[in-house]
Amino acid sequence: MRIVVCIKQCIDAEAITKVDDHGQVIKEGQSLVIDPYSEFAVERALQAKDCGEAETIALAIGGQEVMPTIRHALAMGVDSGCLVDDPAIDLDDPVEKSIVLAKALTKLQPDLIMGGYKSGDTSQAQVIPRLATFLKIPYVGIVTHLEIGEHAVEATHETDDGFEIIQVELPAAIAAQQGLAEPRYPSVRGIMQSKKKPVEIYNLEDIGLSPSELDHPKPCVLPCRPKPARKGGRIMKGELSVVISDVVAALKSDGAIS
Amino acid sequence: MSDIWVFSTYRNSTFNKVSYEMIASSRKLATSLGGSTASIVFDSIVHEADLVPLAYYGADDVLILEDPSLSPYTTDAYANALTALAEKYKPLAIFFANDAVGLDMAPVVAQNIGAPLLTDVMDMTVEGTKLLLSREAYSGKIVQEFALDPGRHPLIATIRAGALEAAQCDETRPVHVTRTQIEDFGTIRQVVKDVVRKTSARVDLTEARCVVGGGRGIRGEAGVKLIEDLADVLGAAVGGSRAAIDEGWIEGQYQIGQTGKSIAPDLYIACGISGTIQHMSGASAAKCIVAINKDEEADIFKVADYGIVADLFTAIPLLIEELRLQN
Repeated sequence: MRIVVCIKQCIDAEAITKVDDHGQVIKEGQSLVIDPYSEFAVERALQAKDCGEAETIALAIGGQEVMPTIRHALAMGVDSGCLVDDPAIDLDDPVEKSIVLAKALTKLQPDLIMGGYKSGDTSQAQVIPRLATFLKIPYVGIVTHLEIGEHAVEATHETDDGFEIIQVELPAAIAAQQGLAEPRYPSVRGIMQSKKKPVEIYNLEDIGLSPSELDHPKPCVLPCRPKPARKGGRIMKGELSVVISDVVAALKSDGAIS
Repeated sequence: MSDIWVFSTYRNSTFNKVSYEMIASSRKLATSLGGSTASIVFDSIVHEADLVPLAYYGADDVLILEDPSLSPYTTDAYANALTALAEKYKPLAIFFANDAVGLDMAPVVAQNIGAPLLTDVMDMTVEGTKLLLSREAYSGKIVQEFALDPGRHPLIATIRAGALEAAQCDETRPVHVTRTQIEDFGTIRQVVKDVVRKTSARVDLTEARCVVGGGRGIRGEAGVKLIEDLADVLGAAVGGSRAAIDEGWIEGQYQIGQTGKSIAPDLYIACGISGTIQHMSGASAAKCIVAINKDEEADIFKVADYGIVADLFTAIPLLIEELRLQN
């Protein structure tokens, strides 16, 4: 079985995120890590590989700056990597990314496609379902457990009030949610081995796409801004029972409680 | 046919509050475009009497698709059906709740009809015939804004519950219901093997005006009981941080945070919760935050309106007592 995991690189969630004068998020100087949801998907794929059942490939879009993230996946144990690097691709647009990944996947011919259900940074939750639709294969999103069979998978899909178990035939796409698999830390051996593992680099032409095929209606992106910090930080001092009655009185007068 | 559609999830003969919030905002957009708003309802059986509130909250029309293929929910049946209807009626915009169903259907329909999609939208402003949508990114640290022109290209968005202004109920509004059909649901590739629903008598977490949350500090069943008692006194919903869910003290569907639900209550009481970025990205829309934690250094105190440094096992009983006295 061949499993391709679509991975993304993002700014570390703990970082202070800054915006430049043009209203763009500043990536330079930031700690760039593997997106956590992508990582859950990588781990689940590796668990299948551990059972002797799978060949795994990590697929990403971007320039050379994304290579450390691919190497991280390889260090975790993924067999090889694939990077689609082309300046014509708008890396912030979910539709372009979905089309590019879908065409790369068509070339890679996986039985199972995995990825994060959303990313930790932009969190749009669009790419996996869009690429599945483009490829005309079924997908299951927000997956917290996956049973992989030879011809089908059974995915536990989180709903708003519980969960569902959904079976789909392969090839299929699965979008990982937290809880699917706890990512392993790359071992020192894994890190050494990762340097020798192959990473195929493609441009648009290699995957059979012309830049005009990426053209489609998209929202006009306006400058973004940091969200103003909450005005908080008042710590109530004094004897606890007095503090409690003061807080309740304040909440009543604020209208927070009736 | 109406121009702005609100996909309204029909469950237990009722609709969630976000459906009404979306209808209210859609009306504004529809008015500026010279069009109208429709609520779209899918199920195997739809009772017309249940649809009345949709009209009262502003839907000019309620479009129903009733078919056995629509129960249980499957991505293919719902997305194929909505795609067929969108291709037939050509709405300018389709809004979904940013919930499991919305996030499941919206990207597929968007890809099918070639529409841009923005998810987890928190603000919608109409400027002439254009629509400005904003959402948060980077664990709630950045506000992103987008401008769309529904007159030029259809757009799809999923909307966060509690983020748009509340709808006004007007019982003088007429109720128009249109029943529609589609030719073919297509092959349905999802086989639903099991559906597990864990219901609660409490108000829905994403709709609650008051939420009590428990984190690592609740330490187990005794702590859970305390936060539940506090919630009972307040008529509040109960939620938890990732830590409490991982420990198995609180069910996953009540998780508040980046990998869980987003809440927007008037009051959020966070008990034994440290206040990680991921947790706060789901809770920062709360109007007022009270934090109870015995660690004075906990990050939650930086964002809480009222911080109580205390052991929650001592503080919560006192709080319950005080609230009962006040009533």
